[in-house]
Amino acid sequence: MTDLTELGVAAIRDGVAAGDFTAVEVAEGFNANVAAAAALNTFIVTTPEKALDAARATDARRAAGQPLGKMGGVPIGMKDLFATRGVQTTAASHILEGFTPEYESTVSQKLWNAGAGMLGKLNLDQFAMGSSNETSYFGNVISPWRRNDGGNAPLAPGGSSGGSSAAVAARLAPAATGTDTGGSIRQPAAFTGISGIKPTYGRCSRWGIVAFASSLDQAGPMARDVRDCAIMLEAMAGFDPKDATSLDMPVPDWEAALSGDLRGKKVGIPREYRMDGTDADVLASWDAGIAWLKDAGAEVVDVSLPHTKYALPAYYIIAPAEASSNLARYDGVRYGLRDLPDGAGLQDMYAATRAAGFGAEVKRRIMIGTYVLSAGFYDAYYTQAQKVRTLIAQDFANAFTLCDVILAPTAPTAAFGLGDMVSDPLAMYLNDVFAVPASLAGLPAMSVPAGLNKQGLPLGLQIIGKAFDEQGVLNAGLAIEARAQFSAKPDKWW
Amino acid sequence: MSVDTATVAKIASLARIKVSQAEVEAMVPELNGILAWVEQLGEVDVSGVEPMTAVIENHLRLRDDVIGADPLTGGGVRDAVLANAPAAEHGFFGVPKVIE
Repeated sequence: MTDLTELGVAAIRDGVAAGDFTAVEVAEGFNANVAAAAALNTFIVTTPEKALDAARATDARRAAGQPLGKMGGVPIGMKDLFATRGVQTTAASHILEGFTPEYESTVSQKLWNAGAGMLGKLNLDQFAMGSSNETSYFGNVISPWRRNDGGNAPLAPGGSSGGSSAAVAARLAPAATGTDTGGSIRQPAAFTGISGIKPTYGRCSRWGIVAFASSLDQAGPMARDVRDCAIMLEAMAGFDPKDATSLDMPVPDWEAALSGDLRGKKVGIPREYRMDGTDADVLASWDAGIAWLKDAGAEVVDVSLPHTKYALPAYYIIAPAEASSNLARYDGVRYGLRDLPDGAGLQDMYAATRAAGFGAEVKRRIMIGTYVLSAGFYDAYYTQAQKVRTLIAQDFANAFTLCDVILAPTAPTAAFGLGDMVSDPLAMYLNDVFAVPASLAGLPAMSVPAGLNKQGLPLGLQIIGKAFDEQGVLNAGLAIEARAQFSAKPDKWW
Repeated sequence: MSVDTATVAKIASLARIKVSQAEVEAMVPELNGILAWVEQLGEVDVSGVEPMTAVIENHLRLRDDVIGADPLTGGGVRDAVLANAPAAEHGFFGVPKVIE
């Protein structure tokens, strides 16, 4: 019998529906892999019984001849940024340690309604602030990948959805939820040789997702291939009246319309993304991607996104500003940690609680955000950044008069070592240079594996699409996937 | 623009984060490094450009004017609201005395 944990979302769904194996067998297989992978530190909490309960329900529905749902029988990992009723939800922070929601996020509820089950809550950068999963209060996630130099240096799984990326790459889950504020789905997917898509802003409800930067935050799937991403995104997306920015549009049948035939399509190559200092292997993979899309029938055109270099500095004003506002709610009164020194008043309690409950990177961003929003600096920083954001969105709108999708690298490097960047926050921020512009413009964007670099580490290619054109993004991703033939996986050492 | 120790201490106070003098001193160069880097936005000619307010065009909706139409958000769930409070008492959030 095949190892069921080698199967992806579509294969599990179809196999369960056909009776080739049961959902319970699938859940047991992944539960066992999760239990044996503590060394990777991917999960903050495991919920094997929840995975089994959902699997039993799926098997019972099949026995009764009822429909099984888009994700019927598929166990998944849930990033610990989604509120899950009765299961601790921490955002990888101390301040929310022990917080057990009384409600379920819209996206996770939709996944359970579609027949998925939960293997556990996945580790992440604290409040999704980070690009290496080194800011979690619950410790670093270790990438299952290692360089081929025999040195066994522990590598970053990317961030902030690093538990999600590591779990899927290590076959602890066939798929996982991620969230993307400035690349937090795409960069970890690239670092670990998996696929992930951030849909158009508003496709997935933000209700019940711990807020970081509300004008940027979007949920999306992370899985082993493009089809699996399409299936899971269908299950996650859809209008939600509880989110004021939710898109009131029907969810297309992305899976059914998948096609890697790109004849008649134009692919834009943004010249400003060819930056000095980008890794030679990354540039070579980009060139390979261009050739693959031509082979799929697409016409390749040169496009310009002239404000690209300003995207990251604009992001590092806008995202901290929104974060400083969103994270004001952690006050030691309503939920989570309370630090009440002897004789302290209310204001002292707030300050002590937040000092004890937030990690260094979270404090840094709250401080930056507070400063750029403070009286006298608001226009110079925040308003200026929002104007630059308008120009970045216009750059994309202009480029999309010439092309249907844009192809670029996902990240300027392959995975770096844990500890290599922590002492220099700016160097860490720069790793999101190719991912942030699409976030600022709210556009759908995905990363698909393109191959391995000379050190044996995965590289990702990014496809950015027009607003609402997830289909175009998925189809270009499928065309790359069919030609990259990426089949590498990390050797099991954990 | 750059910040000094007094400004960092003021920001921390506005953000309600208790910081020691040593932490303030460590934060000054970190924040100045980030602020110096974001200064480059000043180079961009933004004359006539409106600041972005909505990344994807959308319309604001009004919900139906019905009390408790959505049981999740409609109220009457006091115990659920208080369930995670560190010091809930008598159906209220408990806080230290605020009488000056």
